[in-house]
Parts: sequence; structure tokens; C-alpha cells
Amino acid sequence: MSDEEKVSKIMFVNRRAPHGSIYAYEGLEVKLIMGAYDQDLSAIFMDDAVLALKKGQDTSELGVKEFSATFRVLEDYGIEKIYVVEESLKERGLGVEDLVIQPEVIPISRVAELMEQQDILLSF
Amino acid sequence: MKFSILILEGPYHHEAGDSAYRFVEAALRKGHEIRGIFFYHDGVYNVTKLMEPPSDDRNIAKRWSEIGAKGIDIVVCIAAAKRRGITPEVIVPNTRISGLGQLVEMAVDSDRLVTFGD
Repeated sequence: MSDEEKVSKIMFVNRRAPHGSIYAYEGLEVKLIMGAYDQDLSAIFMDDAVLALKKGQDTSELGVKEFSATFRVLEDYGIEKIYVVEESLKERGLGVEDLVIQPEVIPISRVAELMEQQDILLSF
Repeated sequence: MKFSILILEGPYHHEAGDSAYRFVEAALRKGHEIRGIFFYHDGVYNVTKLMEPPSDDRNIAKRWSEIGAKGIDIVVCIAAAKRRGITPEVIVPNTRISGLGQLVEMAVDSDRLVTFGD
């Protein structure tokens, strides 16, 4: 880190489905590593990324790792603010009770304002 | 302005790396500073010296090596690289393999982090 120990506001913007591409999984790896760097971290799940948080996933027939449980430890890794977009949940027939974590549900109209407050956006 | 660059897509398959290269060239030409360039996801394939494109096409890895020769720090994520068989032996000169912590440091030490990817 630089000498002045500046704390940056970093938001992870998750928009992709958990499987079908590696963006979501490697995006999760970034979150776990960045937790060690004492920055002000948050994460937002929107569009198909809300499916990554769905309870009861079974990827055994896909032959790929099922990693939804890892989202439960994000808070322990310093990502204390986790948001999920209400419209993205509704469009997919989901409610917050269907998710492995209990993020703050926000309307899509608040996303721009939250992004505006950040120093760095990392999109996966 | 001080920029860091994050490249997420593979070479030839996607224009993200080409756009990033042009951005870096233009930024340098305008007198801006490039704090570092970080490759993640399939982006790690951009710097393998095993690539051998037809002679009438651009050599993407060679281009990045030339940018690195200007003293710009070019880092390939070790976790993404290991998964894809990119090792220190196969990357072009003036690039290096290191951890995601380097991305954090580049990002917080820059005025802007510019991502090239889908």
C-alpha cells in the first residue's frame, strides 16, 4: 500500500449469471482477496447475478464448482455493504427469502447514486 | 492524470485488449501516466509468448511487451494464470505474474481505473 494509507471506496458490480462463464466465480475470488486490503468495500448484485445468491443450487450435473455458500463469508472478508436490486429479483421470480444471504434490497433507481459515491467500480 | 488499466478478455477473440492498447498509447501520447496494467480472466492470455499470429496480423503479446519496455508495470493475475496454464516461462519480457493485491494497489494509487471487457 502507499504510505498515506488512503482508503478507497470500492464497489463490486455483479451482473452476470453464476454459471455459463467464469466472470462470477473469478469475481468472487477478487472479493475475497480485496477484503485483506482494508478498503471500504461494497457489492451490488443485479440482472442475472442475483441468481448467484439463490439458495439450493446444484451444479453436480454441470460438472462445475457450486460456490453460492461462499457469499455467506463476504461480510467476514470486509464486504459489509451488500445490495441486491429489487427489480432484478422480481423479474426472476425471486424474493430476498430465496437468497443465501440477506442483502439490502434497493430499487434500480438508487444504483446510479450508489455508484456515484465510489472511487472504484469493479464489474464482473 | 494517472490511470490503471484492467483487461478481462482474451486476445484476438475480443477487442477489449486492442482498445486497451490504443487507450494506453493515446494516454501516453497526451502526457498522462499509466500506473499499471492488470490482466484477469481470459485476459491473461494476452501476454503469452507462445502466440504466433499470421505475419499480416498484429502480435498482441509483443505489443504489450513493448509497452512494458517503457517501464509500465504489466501484471498477470497468478490465480487466473495458473488456471489457464500461463506460467512465468511463457509470458513475454517486461510483464510479470503476481497476485490480485497488485490490482488493489494500482487501483487505489490511480485517479482512474479503466476496465476493458464485456
